[in-house]
Amino acid sequence: MSQSPAIEISGLVKNYGAKAALAGIDLTVERGEIFALLGPNGAGKTTTVEILEGYRKASSGRVSVLGFDPATKGSAAQKWRNQIGIVLQSTNDSADLSVIETISHFANYYEKPRDVQQVIDEVGLREKVNAKARELSGGQRRRLDVALGIIGSPQLLFLDEPTTGFDPEARRSFWELIRTLQSEGTTILLTTHYLDEAQALADRVAVINDGKIIEIATPDTLGGRNNAPAKVLWLENGSTQELFSNNPTEEVMKLSKRFDGQIPELQVLRPNLEEIYLRMIGELK
Amino acid sequence: MNGLTETLRIGLLRGGLELKQFMRQRESVVFTIFFPVILLFIFGTVFKDTIAPGVTFSQYFVAGMIASGLVNTGFQQLAITIPMERDFGTLKRLRGTPMSVASYFIGKALLVTILMILQTALLLVFGTLMFGLNMPTTPSSWITFTWLVILGSACSTVLGIAFSVVPKSGRGASAVVSPIVIILQFFSGVFFVFTSLPTWMQQFAAIFPLKWLTQGMRSVFLPADFATQEVAKNWEIGKTALVLVIWLVLGLIFAVKKFKWSQE
Repeated sequence: MSQSPAIEISGLVKNYGAKAALAGIDLTVERGEIFALLGPNGAGKTTTVEILEGYRKASSGRVSVLGFDPATKGSAAQKWRNQIGIVLQSTNDSADLSVIETISHFANYYEKPRDVQQVIDEVGLREKVNAKARELSGGQRRRLDVALGIIGSPQLLFLDEPTTGFDPEARRSFWELIRTLQSEGTTILLTTHYLDEAQALADRVAVINDGKIIEIATPDTLGGRNNAPAKVLWLENGSTQELFSNNPTEEVMKLSKRFDGQIPELQVLRPNLEEIYLRMIGELK
Repeated sequence: MNGLTETLRIGLLRGGLELKQFMRQRESVVFTIFFPVILLFIFGTVFKDTIAPGVTFSQYFVAGMIASGLVNTGFQQLAITIPMERDFGTLKRLRGTPMSVASYFIGKALLVTILMILQTALLLVFGTLMFGLNMPTTPSSWITFTWLVILGSACSTVLGIAFSVVPKSGRGASAVVSPIVIILQFFSGVFFVFTSLPTWMQQFAAIFPLKWLTQGMRSVFLPADFATQEVAKNWEIGKTALVLVIWLVLGLIFAVKKFKWSQE
């Protein structure tokens, strides 16, 4: 079982009535990987993830999560749930319980729970251990969700839009937490709206649109990003000039010769992940 | 680890957690535990008549209030709070953990039982102090009282869980559930003497457990010869047990099969 990939999907189809939410998804996530699913709202991200988590049933296709079919019921499924952690989109439960009460209680559900104090430290809620969930800010609340997702020391963690509503600082420290989990061997499947988050965290990303996977690649090579022409910008005759080139170094050297050294307001830009992504899903021409 | 002991252990822990959460919501504590006492105070003060020699209306009313307390703490409370837990994502989160659904049910049953004991004790103490309520004196009355409470809370818990699939949202749940409970209370002889109700109302009420629980509680709290004043001229204890067991089994099957963890 430990040799199987963390997630294996082939030919996954999900129909809601006549409408196909997923039209044949193939995907493999290796153990130890951080894998990001990107896509606009309604593209099929949540449907895919909820099938993997066992919340929804596939219409057809093969799904294996840690070598197990999530649609299985009974005590085998309970055993499997010991090895996965789920952080859902924003929840609002346990409002009257404190951070420590909630986390300690959930620790009881698992065969091999992590140390409660350590988890609280890791998610940065030490100062809030006795605060009720209703008293937490949005970002702190999300950290509690993550704490509940990792308390069972999962081999595989699902994170559904984990940093929505975070300020930039909270976001960065959250990323650190995710990297720590990865260094401890946790596989992570992440859905996000933030391209910089995918860029910062993911080993590989899949772009999904209209229930189909458009491409799976590393963030640096997605959409041919690494080979895409770079944009060179400079100031000449009082206005900004631009050109696209597959060999920007040469262009810069030519310009440097023309200006006899310093090129005014020089910029060399590679297309960022967001531009590539928007082009892929047809939002940007 | 043994699956059954584990399920029970988690169930007990959930019961503790449920109780803790409940006690922290002041409105629900007041509404669930003190409301019957408040009603007893109002009815006991307004209706001072005796309905039979040596039987005051408050004596009659306490029997009904204890019975409907079982419906309030179990059926009403669960059928309202479970849809709210569904809206808040509590249930979805639990579904994603190794906790079994049986543990969740055990936790709810434990909460209902404890609330029921608190509420009944309060009613009895308050009734005795304010309205000179006569406590049952024979051991057989106390035995009947005990199994009525146990079977009644079990039935009420299971039906509350089963009915929780009906409300479309947590916010609307109270509007769906409360009228049903209030109507059943009127029809089942909680607020009025049952025999003074129209026959169709009596017959309608006889389909549901509350009428039987109320009648059973009257057999505990009213003098033995009051039985002749009942519709059947008899306490119908065996039939009461049978009706409750049927509802319990049907409710359990429905609850296990149809329980909804999320709205979609």
